[in-house]
Amino acid sequence: MSEMLRVEGVSKTFDGFSAVREADLTVAHGSIVAVIGPNGAGKTTLLNLITGFLRPDHGRIVFEGEEISRLAPHEICRRRIGRTFQLANIFPRLSVFANVQVSVLAHQRRSWDLLSAAAGLGVHETTTVLESTGLAARARYMAGVLSHGDQRILEIAIALAREPRLLVLDEPTAGMSPEDTAATTALIRRLARERGLAIILCEHDMDVVFAVAESVMVLHQGRTLVQGSPDVVRQHRDVQAAYLGTTDA
Amino acid sequence: MVAARPGRALGLGVGLAVLVAVPAVAPEFYVYILSLILVTGLLATSLNLVLGYGGIYQFHHAVFYGIGAYTLALAITKMGWPAWVGFAAGPVVAAAAGGLIGAICVRLTRLYFGMLQLSLGSLLWTIVLRWRSVTGGDDGIHGILVPAALRHVEGAYYVILAVVGVSLVVLFIIVRSPFGATLQAVRDNPQRCQAVGIDVRAHQLVAIVIAAFFAGAAGALYVVLERSVFPNMLFWVLSLEIFVMCLLGGWFTFLGPLVGAGIIVALRTVASRYTENWTMILGTILILLIFFMPEGVMGHLEQWVRRRAREDAHV
Repeated sequence: MSEMLRVEGVSKTFDGFSAVREADLTVAHGSIVAVIGPNGAGKTTLLNLITGFLRPDHGRIVFEGEEISRLAPHEICRRRIGRTFQLANIFPRLSVFANVQVSVLAHQRRSWDLLSAAAGLGVHETTTVLESTGLAARARYMAGVLSHGDQRILEIAIALAREPRLLVLDEPTAGMSPEDTAATTALIRRLARERGLAIILCEHDMDVVFAVAESVMVLHQGRTLVQGSPDVVRQHRDVQAAYLGTTDA
Repeated sequence: MVAARPGRALGLGVGLAVLVAVPAVAPEFYVYILSLILVTGLLATSLNLVLGYGGIYQFHHAVFYGIGAYTLALAITKMGWPAWVGFAAGPVVAAAAGGLIGAICVRLTRLYFGMLQLSLGSLLWTIVLRWRSVTGGDDGIHGILVPAALRHVEGAYYVILAVVGVSLVVLFIIVRSPFGATLQAVRDNPQRCQAVGIDVRAHQLVAIVIAAFFAGAAGALYVVLERSVFPNMLFWVLSLEIFVMCLLGGWFTFLGPLVGAGIIVALRTVASRYTENWTMILGTILILLIFFMPEGVMGHLEQWVRRRAREDAHV
């Protein structure tokens, strides 16, 4: 598979604290890459750097041959990189339908349209996304009253409405029940398969990671410890010592 | 919903007919008060585009009202321009000022935005107050010669009714448009908007320019009604007053600010006949409102209608 995203020697420091240090990551087209590491390893910072919510101090990020390190988040999104956040990040006072529709309208470059009635626009596209994520039955609900699990799925639906080529998911199953976690894991796999999406997944639940990831990148104290197949990572001595726990004990 | 539309159209038609008929049946004083309510209502509705729909803390919106009014006044008295040119220039200059102030402030978030906007607006107020040779200083400019047909309250009323009516329709279309929907999304969650490819600052800036345009139009209409301008039109106290109008009427509803303007202008007119301290009555009403109707009069009414519709659907 050809390379889609390359993170090269990226660093980010906050008031003297190095959150990410010369981190490297590669993502191939259509692959699922998991970023793992202990709390404070710099996983979310790395995702924020990739999606433009933070700017790297050093290093560069290249997406499909174009450097995106200095672009604003909305500009990166327009290059078809979608994302979800660590905490459910939706429009709580809008309906589930309107949450996705806003994203559809932005994708159709209609957010500057001052004259048309929004209600009739992007209905088919919005409905399609809601159906594919299992939220169609709750389309008229206010998003703020959905369960935690459904809010996380809604976030994925909002991102999907922009038809991304790369989807960045920050702890998509955090706080979910085992049933919701299984359903979300299945959804991620299905989306990657059906849409040919590349996915970067930051996740603490190792069952989820090893169920979906084709490649795993381990961050430790902001540095890339290793990136490779799940089996390679499992066997890696430094990873076992730093994160998974040694098998010698 | 489909059944509600003919009812809504009928209600609008009847309301419009009543407004057109007012000068024929009501004393001139009431026509004047109604004109003032319409002008102030347009000003408050323009603020609500950025405040209620955009979540932008535009603390000093009155400055654009004053700019629109002074532009028309200066166009007629100093430049000798035809009144209609001045009337067109008022909203345009106000929108340009909105673009300039907005471009500076929009880089900041929420409260910081509001504080900087308040500071820049107060700076403009000071310029108007001190630049006596041009603006007339604290005396303002009086006896502005508007066209003869507008010198009677009735003539002014019909022009105000027409301009406010068209402006409200345009604002309503904007609120219901994809731009309006995007603006409400920006209000709810700017970070999420960035993550779906929306340029948050650009949308906020355009909303500020549109709101300033209609505030400028309201300012020009005030000149048509009063034929005078004065620095207090750019003073922060007026900004606070229209802020209260939005809260009172319901800042998440389209007609709320107009209703709020109606309540405050009527209250000021009636209560000030009996006491100079009419703001005490306003303060009491506001306290009660915060406790019992935090979503404002129209917001409360909308919730009641929705609740009734739900109950009817379950029967």
